[in-house]
Amino acid sequence: MRLIKLVPDNTNIHFLRWRVPFYVISCLLIAASWGLVLTKGLNYGIDFAGGQEIQATFTKHGEAPVAELRDLVEGLGYGEPVIQRFGAANEVSIRSKLPAEAEGNPGAAEKISKQVTSAITKAYPDVRIEGVSTVSGKVSGEFREMAIYALGAAMLAISIYIWIRFEWQFGVGGLFALFHDVSLTLGMFALFQMEFSLQIIAAILAIIGYSLNDTIVVYDRIREDLKKYRKMPLPELLDMSVNETLARTVMTSATLLVALIPLLFFGPESLFGLVAAITLGIFVGTYSSIYMAAPILIWLGVSGESFIPTESEIDRQERLARERAAKP
Amino acid sequence: MLDFPIWKKVWFWGIALVCAALALPSLFSVAGLPWPSALPHPQVNLGLDLAGGSHILLEADDGQVAQQRIENMEESVRGRFKAADPAIAIGDISRTNGRLSFMLKDKTQVDAARDELVNLTNGAGLTGQRDWDIRVEDGNRFILTPTQEGLDQAVSDAMDSAVEVVRKRIDALGTREPTIIRQGANRIVVQVPGLDNPDSLKKLIGQTAKLEFKLVDDNAAPNDVAQGIAPPGDEIVPYAEGSEVGGVKALAVKRLGGIKGDQLTNAKQGFEQQTNRPVVTITFNQQGGAKFAELTQQNVNKRFAIILDGKVLSAPAINEPILGGSAQISGSFTVESATQLAIALRSGALPVDLTVVEERTVGPDLGADSIRKGLIAMGIGSLLVVLLMIGSYGRFGIYATLALVINVLMILGIMAQIGTTLTLPGIAGFVLTIGAAVDANVLIYERIREERKRGRRVITAVENGYKEASRAIYDANITNFIAGVLLFAFGSGPVRGFAVVLIIGLFTSVFTGVAMTRMWVAGWLRRKRPADLNI
Repeated sequence: MRLIKLVPDNTNIHFLRWRVPFYVISCLLIAASWGLVLTKGLNYGIDFAGGQEIQATFTKHGEAPVAELRDLVEGLGYGEPVIQRFGAANEVSIRSKLPAEAEGNPGAAEKISKQVTSAITKAYPDVRIEGVSTVSGKVSGEFREMAIYALGAAMLAISIYIWIRFEWQFGVGGLFALFHDVSLTLGMFALFQMEFSLQIIAAILAIIGYSLNDTIVVYDRIREDLKKYRKMPLPELLDMSVNETLARTVMTSATLLVALIPLLFFGPESLFGLVAAITLGIFVGTYSSIYMAAPILIWLGVSGESFIPTESEIDRQERLARERAAKP
Repeated sequence: MLDFPIWKKVWFWGIALVCAALALPSLFSVAGLPWPSALPHPQVNLGLDLAGGSHILLEADDGQVAQQRIENMEESVRGRFKAADPAIAIGDISRTNGRLSFMLKDKTQVDAARDELVNLTNGAGLTGQRDWDIRVEDGNRFILTPTQEGLDQAVSDAMDSAVEVVRKRIDALGTREPTIIRQGANRIVVQVPGLDNPDSLKKLIGQTAKLEFKLVDDNAAPNDVAQGIAPPGDEIVPYAEGSEVGGVKALAVKRLGGIKGDQLTNAKQGFEQQTNRPVVTITFNQQGGAKFAELTQQNVNKRFAIILDGKVLSAPAINEPILGGSAQISGSFTVESATQLAIALRSGALPVDLTVVEERTVGPDLGADSIRKGLIAMGIGSLLVVLLMIGSYGRFGIYATLALVINVLMILGIMAQIGTTLTLPGIAGFVLTIGAAVDANVLIYERIREERKRGRRVITAVENGYKEASRAIYDANITNFIAGVLLFAFGSGPVRGFAVVLIIGLFTSVFTGVAMTRMWVAGWLRRKRPADLNI
């Protein structure tokens, strides 16, 4: 049986030759992402903005009357609601954010939800409420705080771990790659105004984990090659390490993607945002391990001296065997 | 490499099979098959977002607890000073700025007053601090300030009894298996599986049910009352919605001298005889009944207001002393609201108002739909991963597949055994784990390919593959573990379910993907001694 090889043998792509233009592009993308986050803002779901969300099925309608619903809910005076199809054509989710002045009032979200639910069930007797979520301003504020702490702590803890396991340059490189991934994911959410909820924080943490997975595999190989080829110029060595691990990188990204993509298309609607974020993160994370994490080592001055070379047991045995064979 | 002692094999298979067997009861129940009840039957708990149900987070108002404490303190001080011998007279009482202050009429009683006050305070916390701070200004002005420790203690006590009251009320509704736990300093989480319309639950919990009987001051000028100006010694209490009589929206009642309706033995919904309107009938305990009898005896032909949670329900006239120890509360009730009030009164008043600050309710259909779609997606995803692995690594891919199957069963089994909850994001965690678990195998197999390319012998190549790849595998899993633990620590509810699956998956995938495949590969190499590897 001939086996599939996603990356042909002896692939040798000069990734690092393009490191400067790619770095410039990546830094521009990071800047653009933050620009988008700061100007356009994230479309916070009720987890972070407070408010209410109702999922409703119109049992006797072929299609949910979205436009009418919008007018009906808007008429209640809580601004324009976000109404989205949710699964079948007669299922919608209706989201209203908490008005800014109601932030301090713990019962406000609950009250809005009650009004919206009763207005809809009165206007459409065939409606079935499938799910209700309300989050008050105080709780959503805590969620925002928690999200920032979780992301910050994860990035910091992981960088420290890499620093301990490798060298400080690798820690900085890993942190920068993570910053790149998180920034681009946030930028994408700002650009497409996808709902930013607690689940997305979970997605970003998963992205951090998996992107780092890639970075570590590449770094581990760089460390190994640095010990082996102490005289090789660094850009060449990095290219070699990246190419050596390329088959694995592509294969792992492929298995992750084939597992996730069915979930994106056939999975529960409520998971769409989370899965979309992770899918995007797999691309961004793979790219960042090659183009962000590796080249930064050149600029941070990693060299063959960074690791005291040690001969592996296998290499030693083979050398001894060669020496014995060479002896007459 | 080829040597795999028998005890190690038994050990590996033992762990794998035990963990996987724990998953069987859950799988049987998903497939709708009966599981023999004689066997242990750990089940994976489904989160409310999958099973359907209601999650409600309640928050208590700490400010109210503080206010209440100051009011109670004032009452205790008055009572104690009146009973002291000789009685201590005070005036100019104020309860502003979160503290209680008053002046002694007689400066020489300062020491006696201080002794009385010290007896009213208690130790709070572990630091030896008292719950009130007593200070004397200008020789005769006492200022009592609650200490932070005392306040924390009071809030904590109030929350403990609030949890009890909430539990009693929910039990009275007959809902099955509610979970009611305190969270943080001033919150309570209520989770009720299978409840898809929590309105009556929320109404019941939202009612503090503090019942008071206070005398109506009929001498107050109606204009003043309407404007909210209370005559000295009175307070203005608004009517509850729908209970107003003849356009009067509020009543002036005497601040002191009323009684509280917390000394009850029973409360039930009934009907008023003449009008057939829903009412709540309450029965006092002996002490409460005696107080109520005294109040009605002394105030025949006057009106008293029945006040629930600061709103007047009704203000009937006392035609004759009520000595039987039971009373009827009328108001603009429906049968449902009267029943709710009866339940609330039976379970006792909440020591503090509770507000719903977060609610997540999922109907059973939506949850079942999520499970179905999640399973379908998981099936397709797993199939694709398996095809890709076998297509890429042949025999080694089959080992990876076997490892993956055991891995999924082990995760389920461990989740069932330790009683964690599978949530909707947890399903995403599962799928992600399926995609990522084979990463260890990919790393190893790619390394074996490389070693073979370099011309190493089969056994050396396999050995090197496992050895050289393991560093990266462990580093990668530890960093993922850090991310997972932080997600668990900071996350809430469903998101935690995601972290749980990821964390368990890390351990099981290293065990199955590295240790078990190594055992199989070693066994095969020893049996066949292949000269070449198709990898």
